[in-house]
Amino acid sequence: MIKDLKRGIITENPILVLALGLCPALAVSTSLQNGVGMGAAATFVLVCSNVIVSLIKRFIPPKVRIPCYIIVIATFVTMVELIMKAYFPDLNKSLGIFVSLIVVNCIILGRAEAYASKNNVFKSLIDGIVMGLGFTVALCTLATIREVLGANKLWGLNVIPGFKPMTIFTLAPGGFLAIALVMGLSNWIRDRKKG
Amino acid sequence: MDPIPLVQISIAAILINNFVLARFLGLCPFFGVSKRLSSAIGMGMAVVFVMSVASMFTWAIDAFVLQRFGVQYLQTIVFILVIASLVQLVEMTIQKFSPVLYEALGIYLPLITTNCAILGVAKLNTGAGYSFVESLVNGVTSGIGFTLALVLMSGIRERLELANVPKPLRGLPIAFVTAGLMSIAFLGFAGLDFFRTSGG
Repeated sequence: MIKDLKRGIITENPILVLALGLCPALAVSTSLQNGVGMGAAATFVLVCSNVIVSLIKRFIPPKVRIPCYIIVIATFVTMVELIMKAYFPDLNKSLGIFVSLIVVNCIILGRAEAYASKNNVFKSLIDGIVMGLGFTVALCTLATIREVLGANKLWGLNVIPGFKPMTIFTLAPGGFLAIALVMGLSNWIRDRKKG
Repeated sequence: MDPIPLVQISIAAILINNFVLARFLGLCPFFGVSKRLSSAIGMGMAVVFVMSVASMFTWAIDAFVLQRFGVQYLQTIVFILVIASLVQLVEMTIQKFSPVLYEALGIYLPLITTNCAILGVAKLNTGAGYSFVESLVNGVTSGIGFTLALVLMSGIRERLELANVPKPLRGLPIAFVTAGLMSIAFLGFAGLDFFRTSGG
């Protein structure tokens, strides 16, 4: 279990190592609130679709498996959309079209194809949880960097008194620069560990 | 048809709200296929084509089916199915007429389905309440914007291979830095929005 957790968050982190699901990671990481919201939504879809795919894997003809997976995923995304619209209208507004774009998040389809279609329900459930956590952790790291540097705020609260925020970090270029730095840092740490 | 809104949509889609550099849509193919100029152009063309066809189809389905029967909450599922079948069609066409291009694009062609730019443009069209022509123009020009960014990026990356980059930054991280700098340059196009401020 802990080994799985380490795999999801560190060694096979979907964003920082596998470079999957970059679009939502960069687009919504402007504030920590958005990051947590997006992470939770994607994790929910990932866990549910992993479970369903591993349950029905025997009944899906291999040739049309991808469309089948997409329908399963799209169903859960629609649920998330409706729930978010009803209970978290502000979050829904700031995430914009990226809520419905969870459906084309490569992490989810990738895990369905690479893991859930070959493993049993329990293993797929665990895989969904750890991969979702890995995605959320990376997203929140990016969001923290961007919100602190770009707006001098964290979760809407002021952080460093007297620090003049660099607005560029909340704009589009900041997303690219932030992920480049985080990725570079994680590569550096990994290289050093290897010796 | 008043041409000014269309010009405005085009400028916004290609330069101001460039799909890749300002909206963060379609990043996977942007970083995956931008290593060679030739495959970047091929991928760009495929995206322009799929995007324009998808804009037309999704607009029609949204207007005549989903809105008519009041089932717009099914939008995500229906749109993704339409796009998936369109991509399949394009794949078969390219395989038949240009095997070389088919080889070059490799696994990225089926991945257009999960290219968020296509579903994104469909969602943006319906979200902004565009008419049929506006949707089509937005689809074509968004695709052109994507191609522009992709081609620029691949030109830079071909050069980057010769550069001496610090080891931890090699590969993707330096590509992200490049994209960030390009994105800063594209911020300058915000001043081109001279007709009226279009929604971002």
